[in-house]
Amino acid sequence: MTLAVKQTPSASAAALAVLAEGRRRKGVLAVAALVGLCLLLMLLSLGAGAFAIAPGRVAGILMAKLGFGPADLLDSREALVVLNIRMPRLLLGALVGAGLAISGALMQGLFRNPLADPGLVGVSAGAGLAAAATIVLGDRFFLASFAMKLPFAVLPFGAFFGGLVSTLALYLIATRQGRTSVATMLLAGVALGALAGSLTGLLAFISDDRQLRDLTFWALGSLGGASWTKLSAVAPIVLPLLFAVPLLARGLNALMLGEAEAYHLGIPVQRIKALAILLVALAVGASVASAGVIGFVGIVVPHLIRLSIGPDHRLLLPLSAIGGAALLVGADIVARLVVVPAELPIGIVTAFIGAPFFLWLLLRRGRIAEL
Amino acid sequence: MAAILEATDLSFSVRGSTLVRGASLALEEGATTIVVGPNGAGKSTLLKLLTGELAPSQGAVRMDGATLPQIPAWELACRRAVMVQNQRLAFPFSVYEVARLGLEGVGRAQSRARKGEIIAQALETAGVVGLAGRQYQTLSGGEQQRVQFARALCQLEAGRSVAQRQILFLDEPIASLDLCHQLSLLDAARSIAAQGAAVLVVLHDLNLAVTYADRLVVMHEGAIVAQGEPATILDDNLLRGVFRVSLSFSRLPPAGQPFLLPQQHLTPLQPGGVVPLRAANA
Repeated sequence: MTLAVKQTPSASAAALAVLAEGRRRKGVLAVAALVGLCLLLMLLSLGAGAFAIAPGRVAGILMAKLGFGPADLLDSREALVVLNIRMPRLLLGALVGAGLAISGALMQGLFRNPLADPGLVGVSAGAGLAAAATIVLGDRFFLASFAMKLPFAVLPFGAFFGGLVSTLALYLIATRQGRTSVATMLLAGVALGALAGSLTGLLAFISDDRQLRDLTFWALGSLGGASWTKLSAVAPIVLPLLFAVPLLARGLNALMLGEAEAYHLGIPVQRIKALAILLVALAVGASVASAGVIGFVGIVVPHLIRLSIGPDHRLLLPLSAIGGAALLVGADIVARLVVVPAELPIGIVTAFIGAPFFLWLLLRRGRIAEL
Repeated sequence: MAAILEATDLSFSVRGSTLVRGASLALEEGATTIVVGPNGAGKSTLLKLLTGELAPSQGAVRMDGATLPQIPAWELACRRAVMVQNQRLAFPFSVYEVARLGLEGVGRAQSRARKGEIIAQALETAGVVGLAGRQYQTLSGGEQQRVQFARALCQLEAGRSVAQRQILFLDEPIASLDLCHQLSLLDAARSIAAQGAAVLVVLHDLNLAVTYADRLVVMHEGAIVAQGEPATILDDNLLRGVFRVSLSFSRLPPAGQPFLLPQQHLTPLQPGGVVPLRAANA
């Protein structure tokens, strides 16, 4: 069964095989490097902070916990800090970072635009609005004693719900007769984001001093409130996302050619789009709910990965997850160290890295007319 | 010869304007069908109706008896490949990766080695093996077009293990190609037809259309105004009416193949202008 006029000379086939093999090796190398970096940062993160613990000691405590060392290590104050305070914080940071970076990669694929980000299409703003409403209005409509506990119990669900509602609204606005228009969705997202922003501003305007402080901290993003309980609420949402992502890789690759072309290639375009949007809503809702609004992870990470190994989503998506985890864990170390013994909201750190990077992207993009 | 695809009385309207009206045609096994017509004649819209990208407002497209909406997207992808005009990519894929995109849908069942073979052969046929490692975005328009052709070939070849009766759709595939690659692409398309597939090509170059078509379809203002063997349907009257040019029209010696030399354009017709063509070719 031959394709066409000419037969393939084995020489060119061999050259192509070498090329493909080289790419595969590069991918494996990138995975190994990123996983290594991520683990290193995690180890550092467990030791870093106002109460510094040497990496060797941290490793000892971890080994002891796993049953490979002297058990009395576990009774120390260091062990308490590492296992009960820093470990959940570390894992929460990693999950949120992975979730945000994957959401960014998914949106960029969906919009065929390297500058798309959940923050851009109003998903984060919607989640933020719901959270602000919980903080400000919660006090007014519930009994005072209940309200005291409110931010911890209701806020995550509020934010999560807000993210889901704004994504759903976007999807409904942009879908006509079973087809989702990406351009409409992008524009509607900007409008919805602005609307959510103004409503959030209104809430800030009517809030009292304590609420305002809560709002501000929350809007800047922080991993400070991490606990095993909080982690157990976020993990069941973000982890399935990580496993669902491989299902989308081929479809997103095909979508790079355009929706009609992806359809021609036999990809269930509408299903891929709906699934990607749902996953983004879940991941962003969960991360905003647990750590506040953390910007730019979704843009910076996928873009760096694309620069190093190319835009194939089969590698891009998992590597974005690892890279996002590494970035947020690293940013959290910085946030905890620069103003010891206090700590900076992590959103400040990521924006400080992310915003200049974004500008650099735009300038560079100007030179590549094709994009 | 049996028809793989049959379109009957296709019409397509959007926002009050009718882009295709009452088009009927059949794509036959082993035949190359070439669609010609001036800008805005509805060629690309017709192609979108035939590939299932658009649903007709009226009429139906049948592939081996089943109407198009009934065929699942994946199965349809095994039966036909499409190369559309003007392919742009937002991300820096390599040429090799772009060709491999042809396998993202239909190639799932193939082994990695088999995929490599398919891609290598498609790149070879499209004459882009040497570009395999290059970034698609850095290529010239003509090179990009050849890479997209390779992608369509990959899809067709992978789909063949599922569906034997296939169709290849090419929308102005040679618009940016140099003369040599124009001929080599059309030769490749024709050899695919020779293996039993149906091929449909939208072209602007009338001489190439006449040379390569088993069946020529002339469109004007959304309607098919003539179709059949190129040598028999083309005449001075049709060409003047449809293309608004005066041509010197001759036949080349060995086989009496029509040869067209455009001489002067007539006043271009405004959309909706009345042309007495249906009568001339009914």
